[in-house]
Amino acid sequence: MVTGLINANPIVYERKERRVRSAPTDIDEYAEEPIDQLEIFDHIRDIKDPEHPYSLEELKVVTEDSVEVNDRHSYVRVTFTPTVEHCSMATVIGLCLRVKLLRSLPSRYKVDVRIAPGTHATEAAVNKQLNDKERVAAALENPNLLEMVNECLAPTFA
Amino acid sequence: MDFLEGNLELRERQRLEGHTDRVWSLAWNPATGVCGIPAMLASCSGDKTVRIWQQGPSGSWDCSAVLEDNHTRTVRSCAWSPSGKLLATASFDATTAIWECVGGDFECVATLEGHENEVKSVSWDASGSLLATCGRDKTVWIWEMQPGNEFECVSVLQGHTQDVKMVQWHPFMEVLVSVSYDNSVKIWAEDGDSDDWHCVQTLNEASSGHTSTVWAVSFNSNGDRMATCSDDLTLKIWDTSAKASETSGSSCGSWRHLCTISGYHDRTIFSVNWSRDGVIASGAADDAIRLFFESKDNSVDVPSYKLLLKKEKAHDMDVKLSAMESKGT
Repeated sequence: MVTGLINANPIVYERKERRVRSAPTDIDEYAEEPIDQLEIFDHIRDIKDPEHPYSLEELKVVTEDSVEVNDRHSYVRVTFTPTVEHCSMATVIGLCLRVKLLRSLPSRYKVDVRIAPGTHATEAAVNKQLNDKERVAAALENPNLLEMVNECLAPTFA
Repeated sequence: MDFLEGNLELRERQRLEGHTDRVWSLAWNPATGVCGIPAMLASCSGDKTVRIWQQGPSGSWDCSAVLEDNHTRTVRSCAWSPSGKLLATASFDATTAIWECVGGDFECVATLEGHENEVKSVSWDASGSLLATCGRDKTVWIWEMQPGNEFECVSVLQGHTQDVKMVQWHPFMEVLVSVSYDNSVKIWAEDGDSDDWHCVQTLNEASSGHTSTVWAVSFNSNGDRMATCSDDLTLKIWDTSAKASETSGSSCGSWRHLCTISGYHDRTIFSVNWSRDGVIASGAADDAIRLFFESKDNSVDVPSYKLLLKKEKAHDMDVKLSAMESKGT
């Protein structure tokens, strides 16, 4: 186990003010609202960074613009930026994003999670692992890893 | 039947429910479904169990057995021996269990240990005396069955540089194919002189191979072609000039790229299966099943494959299929 933190002094950003959604004028109670970028960002913004007591939003690991969604095609892509280029927590962060979206979105959704190009030393290798369904499933059967992921996700279910 | 004429349809006959987690793989018992013996199917799941399904006299399928309390993690793959009497199950718990069917009940008669971590695939050879397994530890193991359901490890094949996703024996030759996260396909055979197993050929990007994880491989019934599918969104067809009579290692390594089926899939192709009638089925991460068939009217020498049909939303989630049956996750 590495004793020192990988990134001891991360840059912490201010949290964006949360937009209050205005009530729709025509209320069709049975119509499903299409899922949009903000809704997906709301699911992931409070995920805690594995190493620091800050959220992924506060560390600018994810932003609203890092979410691309197409509700009609049931597709979402999240591009995240690790705080440091050699961050070994990148796969854990990616897993947290996947698990949170898996638990929060309808099962019809296809999710791609990627590292922002040019922001990580082994970006291709991490992306390949994060998008391999079998590797992700096996990783989540590891109790230690699962516990770490659940701890990071705890603030988002509050 | 000329598949290229007329409208084809794929209709769901029944939905088999019972597993409590995703179904990763299934296998048809080869000794059933003919001569009046009701068809039998095995499915394995993330719920750590294997379920046996049988078709009853009314034609509907029921679960006739649940193989549980054995594997401690996801059961990823299962395969029946050619005689249909034994079932091998490969698990993320790093073991492969061998089950014997005795009058409808299944008993675990052997446990194969050795892999360092998740076992991902298991395959019996045509004679039923050899078993191959592969896994995330990058190795392929070959086991030989001895009297009394004892299994001895004959060889541990190193060569892949990453996770090995699937192994499949040739339909009648003692030749093994493995496909991997390292984007390559490897052909393994026994060296005639020394009885040592070794890699006789590697099909990678340089040999017109895949450019991302290869998930599965399937041979045609003649054994002179095989299809592979990949995360690179293509299916590739390979053929060989090696004949059945030549069982020496050197002639087994003559596989070459025949053609690439591209432009039809936009998400990872997890599974491919070549039916006895020559139809190639693919199961992909977009929940669809696609069927392809070789198109004969061609002015060019290179064979081409046409899409026969695409069944969208075949499942609620990603599709992995086996021998013309499919299941969702």
